[in-house]
Amino acid sequence: MSGATADPRLIGARAAPRKALRLSWSDPIFRAIFWQVVIVGIIVLIAWYLIGNTSRNLAARHIATGFAFLGRVAGIPIGESPIAYNPAVDTYGTALIIGILNTLRLAAVGIVLATILGTLIGIGRLSSNWLLARLTAFYVETLRDIPVLLQLFFWYSVLQAMPPPRQSWHVGQLLYLSNRGARFAELDWDPAYTWTLGGLMLGVVLTFAWSRIARQRQDATGRRPPVWPVGLCLMIGLPLAIWALFGAPFRPDIPVLHGFNFQGGGTISPEYFALLLGLSIYTAAYIAEIVRSGIQSVPLGQWEAAGALGLRRGNILRRIVLPQALRVIIPPMTSQYLNITKNSSLAVAIGFQDIVSIAYTTLNQTGQAIEGVAIIMAVYLTISLSISLFMNWYNARIALVER
Amino acid sequence: MSQSVASVDSRDIAARERPPSGVTGPWAWARANLFGSWWSTAVTLVLGYLILRFAVSFISWGVLHAVWSVPYDAEGKPDNTACQNAKGIGACWAVIADKYRLILFGRYPYEEQWRPALCVVLFIGLYVVSAIRRFWRKELALIWVGTLVAIGVLMWGGVLGLPLVTEDFWGGLPLTLILATFGLAFAFPLAILVALGRRSTTLPAVKMLCVLYIELIRGVPLIALLFMASVMFPLFMPEGVNIDKLLRAQIAIILFAGAYLAEVVRGGLQALPKGQGEAADALGLTYWQMTSLIILPQALRLVIPPLVNTFIGFFKDTSLVLIIGLFDLLYMGKVALSDPPWQSFSSEIYLMLAVVYIAFCFAMSKYSRALERELGRAHRR
Amino acid sequence: MSQAAVSEQVVAHMADTKGPPIIVMDHVNKWYGSLHVLRDVSMTVAEKERVVVCGPSGSGKSTMIRCINRLEVHQEGQIVVDGTELTDDLRSLDTIRREVGMVFQSFNLFPHLTILENCTLAPIWVRKTPKAEAEELAMNFLTRVKIPEQAKKYPGQLSGGQQQRVAIARALCMRPKIMLFDEPTSALDPEMIKEVLDVMIELAVSGMTMVCVTHEMGFARQVADRVVFMDRGEIVESGTPQRMFEDPQTDRLKLFLSQILRGH
Repeated sequence: MSGATADPRLIGARAAPRKALRLSWSDPIFRAIFWQVVIVGIIVLIAWYLIGNTSRNLAARHIATGFAFLGRVAGIPIGESPIAYNPAVDTYGTALIIGILNTLRLAAVGIVLATILGTLIGIGRLSSNWLLARLTAFYVETLRDIPVLLQLFFWYSVLQAMPPPRQSWHVGQLLYLSNRGARFAELDWDPAYTWTLGGLMLGVVLTFAWSRIARQRQDATGRRPPVWPVGLCLMIGLPLAIWALFGAPFRPDIPVLHGFNFQGGGTISPEYFALLLGLSIYTAAYIAEIVRSGIQSVPLGQWEAAGALGLRRGNILRRIVLPQALRVIIPPMTSQYLNITKNSSLAVAIGFQDIVSIAYTTLNQTGQAIEGVAIIMAVYLTISLSISLFMNWYNARIALVER
Repeated sequence: MSQSVASVDSRDIAARERPPSGVTGPWAWARANLFGSWWSTAVTLVLGYLILRFAVSFISWGVLHAVWSVPYDAEGKPDNTACQNAKGIGACWAVIADKYRLILFGRYPYEEQWRPALCVVLFIGLYVVSAIRRFWRKELALIWVGTLVAIGVLMWGGVLGLPLVTEDFWGGLPLTLILATFGLAFAFPLAILVALGRRSTTLPAVKMLCVLYIELIRGVPLIALLFMASVMFPLFMPEGVNIDKLLRAQIAIILFAGAYLAEVVRGGLQALPKGQGEAADALGLTYWQMTSLIILPQALRLVIPPLVNTFIGFFKDTSLVLIIGLFDLLYMGKVALSDPPWQSFSSEIYLMLAVVYIAFCFAMSKYSRALERELGRAHRR
Repeated sequence: MSQAAVSEQVVAHMADTKGPPIIVMDHVNKWYGSLHVLRDVSMTVAEKERVVVCGPSGSGKSTMIRCINRLEVHQEGQIVVDGTELTDDLRSLDTIRREVGMVFQSFNLFPHLTILENCTLAPIWVRKTPKAEAEELAMNFLTRVKIPEQAKKYPGQLSGGQQQRVAIARALCMRPKIMLFDEPTSALDPEMIKEVLDVMIELAVSGMTMVCVTHEMGFARQVADRVVFMDRGEIVESGTPQRMFEDPQTDRLKLFLSQILRGH
């Protein structure tokens, strides 16, 4: 039964009559316009008043307006920065960009860690082992009752109570934890590594291709050739082979104790570490709840029907339960990601220089409070609007088709 | 079904009274829940061992080897050598004995601290009364207004023979409760108006304004609003008018809470069946009559659990005001830590703060869950 | 087929000699905690036999048939399905699940897959059937339950009666030897019950072994070889539909019949 014919209500229809606006209180459209004008008018008046005050105050205190300060030299010392920065030379604009990069750095790693930890804990909550289920429930309940700022202070104090670099807690020569942060052995970048990374990406692409071939084979014959073992070989073997081809360069940059601190190796500052720990552990509690309720939202009947058909547990999870659970999990999960990003603004209380911290310093130094706050808001609004847009698109795409 | 059944069965069925011994009882429970599979057994053993070790060392640190009080020298300064010696082995609860009044009440004058203490009791009483369903009537609003006025009088003084204590001396737990509760009290009516505006079909300009407000506030962190309050509000005021920092922070919290509460209320409005509004219309009620008599009472009842959860969030978020220099409970904890004798005993202080927060938040979240269950049962008829 | 022709065929089938026993339940006992929900249940179902299980709610009839494909686990007694005994052994479980198909009261279709995908999922992943063959098989059964045109739609777009027929087709695609029905029409609006019952009658006529928990006594009269009455966890009476409905022996069955057969 096709549905290509037009709706019979469109055929031969004439246009609806347009109603003229009666300028009388009894016309609902007139009333609507009247009230809107009144309300918008009041708000405009208030805004006018505030703006008037503001420009008078700004003039009285000789504060400039506009964003010209972005071109001036900043003079803000920044402890960690992913790009080169010189306080004596670089501008406020550069400093603010570093702030944004620091925020994104913190948020991105925090999101990954919180998701992994939260998913594991959420699954643990559903475990048949009573001890595990109760312990994870305790974790989730307690961490959600303590303010995140208090948790950040706690982790920071733990890291500051670590011994000085000379007596760091260490794992061989690879990792050193002290009250100056974490120091770890790095590899000096060799051009061979770029090729190795290329090999990894090639391995990933080939794995995808192989899984499609496997799918075709299964469609044709019913037997499915092993996908994961082959994929792992490709993704590990290929990069390793390329690396060996280049002579297997391996130049570790090991941190060496020099006087009171280390030289060499990669660093993670205690502030960044404390923020990462605190934010991930806190948000993981919320994510655990989301994962748990998502999996529980799939009705028991789905498990039973799939089991009655003879599907094994792995297949039931992958093909039936997880697709339905993810539909319920992803929307609140993205709002938790947004929360981590907003909570990363608490870096200003710990001493890590994210966008809020740098913008606050900027507005204190230039006196331009409005522009400073506006910059902070603009950054966060951009991030949250992007996440909202993504979520709407995703929701529309995976919505279950119903009548 | 009738109880008396004289059955003439074709077979003699021996019905057993109790299941076989392997099916119920503590052993069976342990077998199923702790040792169900070898993986489960391994987890039980590992976790059990870790929990036991942690419990033992915590009791040893927190109770057995703890230092409960320290002597004071002639000038009233504490002598914390006992605590220093016990560092790492025993907790120094003496820091709490020394500092708890500072942490709880801030810099409120010592002799007048019964007033903020009374306020805390009034707050808790207010929450408890609001939680009991029997009191969910219009009169509850009056109780709120009355209690908040009483709290204001107690904290400020200047009347009824109470000496005046200005806001800069307020701090600690009463300040946290004031920010959260007054925030909720003022944000709630704002949220209702914004939610109604957001759902308006006849006033598109108002709807757009509400959407802008909600999306703007929910897209930025509370810090940004607190900074805005702290540095921008003074610019908005005419010359010579100064608003106090506490008031500025309170306004920021109200604006922040209003947006989130508006979304919660909007959820309730959406969940209400359309037929309710239609029936009210058919009876000839005006928009405001319909909204206040029919729609809101039902919609608000629907969303009380998420409302309580949102309030728990605000309660925790008040701790952020320390960043703009207001002396809430968390800040007072840090202030206590900055005193030289106690500088390294952060764990004890943080633990105390955590206990206070958990006490409030856990009670509220348990209440909200119990309420959800109760309301869910009532609806599922 | 006309109603009379169906009845004739049914009567003819019932006269055939039944095959060897394909389900044997021997002194099966099950407890939920301390609730004794199945008490010494012993029952045999022969190949090609159609058994209807009835009884008041809480009698354990659903629990009993869910034990047959091990959706529930019995604590005492023995259940043997098609020569395989039901134990904790996963391999025996796999074998049983392939041979026993189940239709649920709440359909339990997979909402994120199309009707066709719902039906081809198990043949592809469990019986390792090539995709084209699985789809052909699925279309065959969908035609048999009279909704081949809905193959590309999603369960949410179908009515209750259509969804249940899809559920039957989905179970049939695994070519089971036994079909279990757990109150298949209880969740349907009255006008859709007939279309599902017609499919079940056609299935019975074609010779499938069926164990059916249902309240539809008309169906039992028409199609069942045997009706089993359960109450409070035990089998109280069993016999041919005629005998059970016209000449109940026990008071409990008399009471039950008086409660449900008003107007039938």
